[in-house]
Amino acid sequence: MVYKKRLDGRAIDELRPMEAKAGVIPNAAGSAYFKIGKTMCYAAVYGPRELFPKFLQNPEKGLLRCHYSMMPFSGSGERIRPGNNRRAQEISMVMTSALEPVVDLTAFPNAVVDIFVDLPQTDAGTRCAAISAAAIALADAGIPMKDMISSVAVGQVDGLVVADLMYDEEAYEGIVSDIPVAVMHNTKEITLLQMDGEISKADLMKALELAAQVTEKVYEVQKKALKEKFTSD
Amino acid sequence: MSNIVIKERDIVIPGEVLAEGMDYLPGDNTYREQDKIYSKVVGLVSISGRVVKITPLSGPYVPKVGDKIIGKVIDITFSGWRVDTGTAYSAMLNVKEATTRFIKKEENLSEIIAIGEYVVAKIVNVTSQNLIDLTMREPGLYNIAGGRIIKINSQKVPRVIGKQGSMIQLIKENTGCEITVGQNGLVWLKGTPEGELLAEKAIHLIEEKAHTEGLTERMQKFLTEQKSKVNN
Repeated sequence: MVYKKRLDGRAIDELRPMEAKAGVIPNAAGSAYFKIGKTMCYAAVYGPRELFPKFLQNPEKGLLRCHYSMMPFSGSGERIRPGNNRRAQEISMVMTSALEPVVDLTAFPNAVVDIFVDLPQTDAGTRCAAISAAAIALADAGIPMKDMISSVAVGQVDGLVVADLMYDEEAYEGIVSDIPVAVMHNTKEITLLQMDGEISKADLMKALELAAQVTEKVYEVQKKALKEKFTSD
Repeated sequence: MSNIVIKERDIVIPGEVLAEGMDYLPGDNTYREQDKIYSKVVGLVSISGRVVKITPLSGPYVPKVGDKIIGKVIDITFSGWRVDTGTAYSAMLNVKEATTRFIKKEENLSEIIAIGEYVVAKIVNVTSQNLIDLTMREPGLYNIAGGRIIKINSQKVPRVIGKQGSMIQLIKENTGCEITVGQNGLVWLKGTPEGELLAEKAIHLIEEKAHTEGLTERMQKFLTEQKSKVNN
């Protein structure tokens, strides 16, 4: 089996259709909806607000907390047990470290900003969608940020380097690797880099170059969503 | 060579380049890196002379000295009251700043302002850690009795007040309510129950339509319509 043409007929650097909207949750300080292909994601930002327990307070900088969760019905049939689990905990942690470099934490000493991310439907690339949505929500909440973060997964499917893998590609028979990447828009610094599977060094370099290119497309969608919110009303 | 990349009143998002070259200076909510000036928040660009700054369109209330705010008393300490400002940081109202009269040493502070009451106070000091000091020793500052408190987005407060208070005056005249707007986004209304309801509706409408033009005329129309509905 050789993977020449992608399962859904996309070009290798083509992302699934994206949709984004800012300010979808009125009660939150800032919120966003982000959809890429069949992966849907809601992010809500609360705060800055008082941080408890008090020993977590830091007089020099604020705290950023992410809470990632897949909804019980979000998979493809099997019910996903709600609540925290090992995977959600890890993704919350990598999300926080992906977003922290751009957020000006000194603006809210002793306080906390909470980001809640929920996914009503998933089809691979959830942590990337979550980070992209969280970045829109943070900007919408007026939290000072020095840059935007855009995130997308790249990878290699049976020898072909592609962008934005969907679940069928991740599950492809053969050697597959899935590399979620988050990139700052201006400096192109990488704030998230994880990998599942196997890839050659040459292919990895190729994949990262591709990531820098395709995250631009995510950035354009994020930018449009934010500008739309504030021009329409 | 310096040039400005954006126009006055453009909407920008965090990380957008505002100006290139060293001739421009970064103002509020912007920062410089090497020879470029970037935005830090979502907001409107305003350029005054060489300074580029951003007026934020969303975000938490940032306490400033001289602001009149409405807060809720949440605790009483030895030296005064702790006031919730609706932000992540509570404020202190010292005993000697609470009233113009002399407060005796053994006096019960909860008889002057009790826990749970709202006060209209002015910010006299803000530290780098966002510790806030309040005063009530000026005219127009008092504890609130009766009426209702509503909360709006603090970035929309200037629109609710209007130019030289024109908008708030319009609502006051049409609803017969007393209205006090705190810079932190808390608004106190007091009048007849119908008047309060109408004023509340009107203020939420302003908050929603804050960016549209001709807002005052629109509100005038809204208020007359609503009033005639009640009368019929």
